[in-house]
Amino acid sequence: MGIGEQHIVKSFDIELGKLDEALARMGGLAESQMASAIQALESRDSDLAAQVIEGDAKVDACDAFINEQAVKVLALRAPVADDLRTVVTALKVAGEIERMADLAANAAKRSRVLNQLPPVEPMRSLIRLGRLALVMVKDVLDAYLSHDAERALTVRERDQEIDNVYSSLFREILTYMMEDPRTITPCSHLMFIAKNIERIGDHATNITEMTYFRVTGKTVAEQRIKTDTSSSAGAEDLT
Amino acid sequence: MSDTPVADIKMSARGLSVHYGDKLALKGVDLDMAAGEVTALIGPSGCGKSTFLRCLNRMNDTIPTARVSGRVILDGEDVYGPGGIDPVLLRARVGMVFQRPNPFPKSIYDNVAFGPRLHGLYAEGEELDTVVRSSLEKAGLWNEVKDRLIEKGTSLSGGQQQRLCIARAIAVSPEIILMDEPCSALDPIATAKVEELIDELSQSFTIVIVTHSMQQAARVSQRTAFFHLGDIVEVGATEQIFTNPANPLTQGYITGRFG
Repeated sequence: MGIGEQHIVKSFDIELGKLDEALARMGGLAESQMASAIQALESRDSDLAAQVIEGDAKVDACDAFINEQAVKVLALRAPVADDLRTVVTALKVAGEIERMADLAANAAKRSRVLNQLPPVEPMRSLIRLGRLALVMVKDVLDAYLSHDAERALTVRERDQEIDNVYSSLFREILTYMMEDPRTITPCSHLMFIAKNIERIGDHATNITEMTYFRVTGKTVAEQRIKTDTSSSAGAEDLT
Repeated sequence: MSDTPVADIKMSARGLSVHYGDKLALKGVDLDMAAGEVTALIGPSGCGKSTFLRCLNRMNDTIPTARVSGRVILDGEDVYGPGGIDPVLLRARVGMVFQRPNPFPKSIYDNVAFGPRLHGLYAEGEELDTVVRSSLEKAGLWNEVKDRLIEKGTSLSGGQQQRLCIARAIAVSPEIILMDEPCSALDPIATAKVEELIDELSQSFTIVIVTHSMQQAARVSQRTAFFHLGDIVEVGATEQIFTNPANPLTQGYITGRFG
């Protein structure tokens, strides 16, 4: 006797497989929502922004399916060990992806407002931040679906870069607002979008940790160093 | 083999091997069983878990071809040692409950009173009545049988019979109770009652249970040992075994990817 990749009960593999399939579909949708939201910002395309806002419902539907499927597998199959971790992390990862897509849709909403206002310079840095986050999201979903704990840890490090770019963008936006108060309205929206993207990076980081747990059964022990200092910008040293 | 140290060792096996004729059924197994804990033994058929269990109260002595080597230590005393414990007395300290309920063809009262009478533990009458009652109460059966103590034990339902056997086992105040698939012949309700009973009994007894139901091992035990081909592959806290087993064989077995 030996251990196989497959369960003796084949339908169990099929039920578990549905979770990864749905996550792959959901992740792909969320990526394209983010890419379109960034594109809509860059090209000031309100129609594309409207599509993103509308498209969020599809991501939500995937989330609902994964929730149902996970509950079904828990109830009917009583999974243990790595099977249990697969089901529990699928539930949580779906929640993270759902939040990322919400943030992308919110960015798209704000882009429609921005399109009615004069363009502002920090948009360029915002697009750069958005692309960084998009690559991170794509890589973390690949790591999750390929059960690659090492790759997940590598991707996790990239959140620091996003935090760094976000912090400098925050200061850049502040500078523009101070120099020309007429930019305050568009710059405020930009700031919220930047925060949304930074949050997407945090959700992606959570997925890296769930990937690590799913594969190894252990939590990521070492604490990550927070380098997003924007929350204390404008204040004296608070440490 | 990943193992956490056991706090209060009641019984332990060291290098325990069993031959049935030429066949080596158990290959030098080490295991500690803690007081006040339920230890579950799991593994595929023929893995040696029942053989191991039967060594703990010298039940294998009754099989002519069986040869046991190694040590089983109960409270520091070698069960198989020269001048070791008398098997009959050992079985009063280490009781056993079997797969199929096996009440004697006697009254419910006499079933429970059998052990105490055999060992001459209590006087007939009020003293014995008290022991029978408290044993049936501990086994969660008293309310169901108190008005029919003179009826045959075999007249009870399967689940009640198994609880009667548990009452019979605890009537002699054992320190350890061995259970060999005690619920495999019971329906889910009777199973739940026995599992609840195991929970309660684990407060006062050391329990070792062999089960083919992985979920039962997960529900009732604090420690789980996974047997395979006469060896213990992995032993550890039940929670760890079922969430993150260290050995791929364990994982393959408990998730059903073993064949």
